[in-house]
Amino acid sequence: MSSMNREEIAALERKAREIRGLTIEEIGYLGVGHIGGSLSIVDILVLLYHKHMKIDPTNPTWAERDMLVLSKGHAGPALYATLADKGYFPLDWLLTLNRGGTKLPSHCDRTKTPGIDMTTGSLGQGLSAAAGLALARAIDKKPGFIYCIIGDGESNEGQVWETAMFASHKRLSNLIAFADWNGMQIDGLTKDVMDMEDIVAKWRAFGWHAQMVDGHDFAAMDAAIEEAKRRAAPGIEKPTIIILRTIKGKGAPFCEGQVTNHNMNFCIAQVKEALVALDVPAHITPELLRAQ
Amino acid sequence: MADQKEMREVYVETLMSLVEEGKDIIVLEADLMRATGTTAFAKKYPERAINVGVAEADLVGVASGLSAGGKIPFAATFGCFASRRAYDQFFLSANYAHLNVKLVGTDPGVTAAYNGGTHMPFEDLTLMRVIPNLTIAEPPDAASLAAVTRIAAETDGCFYLRLQRKAAPQIYPDDETFELGRAKVLRRGKDVTLVALGTVMVNEALKAAASLAEEGIEATVIDAIWLAPLDEATILANSPSGRIVTCENHRVTGALGSAVAELIAEKAPGMRLARIGVAANLFGEVGTLEWLAERFELTAPHIAEAARKLMW
Ligand SMILES: Cc1ncc(C[n+]2csc(CCOP(=O)(O)OP(=O)(O)O)c2C)c(N)n1
Ligand SMILES: [Mg+2]
Repeated sequence: MSSMNREEIAALERKAREIRGLTIEEIGYLGVGHIGGSLSIVDILVLLYHKHMKIDPTNPTWAERDMLVLSKGHAGPALYATLADKGYFPLDWLLTLNRGGTKLPSHCDRTKTPGIDMTTGSLGQGLSAAAGLALARAIDKKPGFIYCIIGDGESNEGQVWETAMFASHKRLSNLIAFADWNGMQIDGLTKDVMDMEDIVAKWRAFGWHAQMVDGHDFAAMDAAIEEAKRRAAPGIEKPTIIILRTIKGKGAPFCEGQVTNHNMNFCIAQVKEALVALDVPAHITPELLRAQ
Repeated sequence: MADQKEMREVYVETLMSLVEEGKDIIVLEADLMRATGTTAFAKKYPERAINVGVAEADLVGVASGLSAGGKIPFAATFGCFASRRAYDQFFLSANYAHLNVKLVGTDPGVTAAYNGGTHMPFEDLTLMRVIPNLTIAEPPDAASLAAVTRIAAETDGCFYLRLQRKAAPQIYPDDETFELGRAKVLRRGKDVTLVALGTVMVNEALKAAASLAEEGIEATVIDAIWLAPLDEATILANSPSGRIVTCENHRVTGALGSAVAELIAEKAPGMRLARIGVAANLFGEVGTLEWLAERFELTAPHIAEAARKLMW
């Protein structure tokens, strides 16, 4: 069960709407980007960065911090919005997304962005790296959790299942993974492109604690994370994966739930509509734009 | 040039005509069918279009098996993943096994643009060039792409094709004929020879030659088309000046510049060489194609400057 009360949940929901707005603005000012898979993970990012992760935005390389590997690295824009809002770097950096010389490239890069713990972008590689990070903590008998987010399309990659074996074999219970089950990949619905069938059963068969929850329900996600944390005993207990049932493009009226929203063009007018629908103010103000 | 056909359309239309002519072609994709444009092929020939999901190792492995089973597989994904993420599958299951797999790497070099450094193949040609007997081509325009695709389908053995998805300025008339391993001389000049590969660089080399001409420097421009086998005879025969500038949308280590350096060292010692390409110590970055071409010094002015320096 989640220990959060109604006000705490409402605060997270409000924050998630803000981060969605910010993500839409960030990509919208460029005019093109991975909007669908960014918006589907906003709730889990907000829950992690505003409740679960032990972090210090003023000290992004603090050795004892909890870490996140965003293995579906194309959703970087959602994480950048989350990190900027947390104070890892100024909000106006968001306007530099994908522009030449930026510190915010389309796929996550640990060498460029404060708060990005691992470089990703070639799908399938992040969970292995997260297992390595978790193993390093286990070897050093250090506390803390390594979180990782993979995609459902990404789960086609064989490497995901190599790590599935490895992390379970090594009993890396300080690794808590999430699979963004938005049901879509580039070429269509995952059930049409590559049906992953009973994903919870698959992970359990590989030796993980696995369950599916609503990826837009804070209480449900929180309860699952609390359970994984309580159970954690690296070297003894199995790792956890929480499959998040989500909607690709969640919160953007112009593309929510549309299979074409993976990487799409959209314009400022659509950004404004989205902000109204989300009931959040624009963060990217005329002053900010002029300062660019 | 806005009305030029997209290169990916040309690729797909060529494959469809080959099927109509009776070629047993199977198109394979790894969740980038919409990007490569092979959705049109899949609509027309659903039984000949396979999507393996986001799984490049499986893509090339299955293609190898299809080839062993008598099919002609054309497998495509972004060039970064076609090379780096499925290398051993292509090396061993396809090439070492002497099969007939056509691997297509899209979004070469800086054309990966907004996908950024993780997706920017500056090393795919190097990796491919060290595979014995592999044929490698980067046709610059629609006519050459159609011809090269056809040659790949009609020639037994493995191919790696670098494919820019977007439209490219026309260089050749539609009825131009192409031969495996034969480069094309696009312009003749006595002072320096520019050997270029691929859409971006062939066009930049032509622009560089035009601007050099205004200064009285006459450049030969060769469209290499084939990195392997490299048309050594055409390159040597058309470099009367003894000065060559190679131009590639790729890192300078291991691909066109290296191949020409090897050629000169062994067969034409005394010739002088400058290599235009991404510096050996750099990874890809994110940005527009124009910004990246400037950043990595791949533009006509960079080529012209390299040519001028060879003249001194
Ligand atoms: C190894 C690799 N192959 C292909 C790609 C291109 N690509 C980027 S996102 C994507 C689809 C991913 O689907 P999913 O994991 O479901 O992402 P989401 O729906 O969460 O955006 C593909 C094929 C890539 N980034 N890496
Ligand atoms: Mg998905």
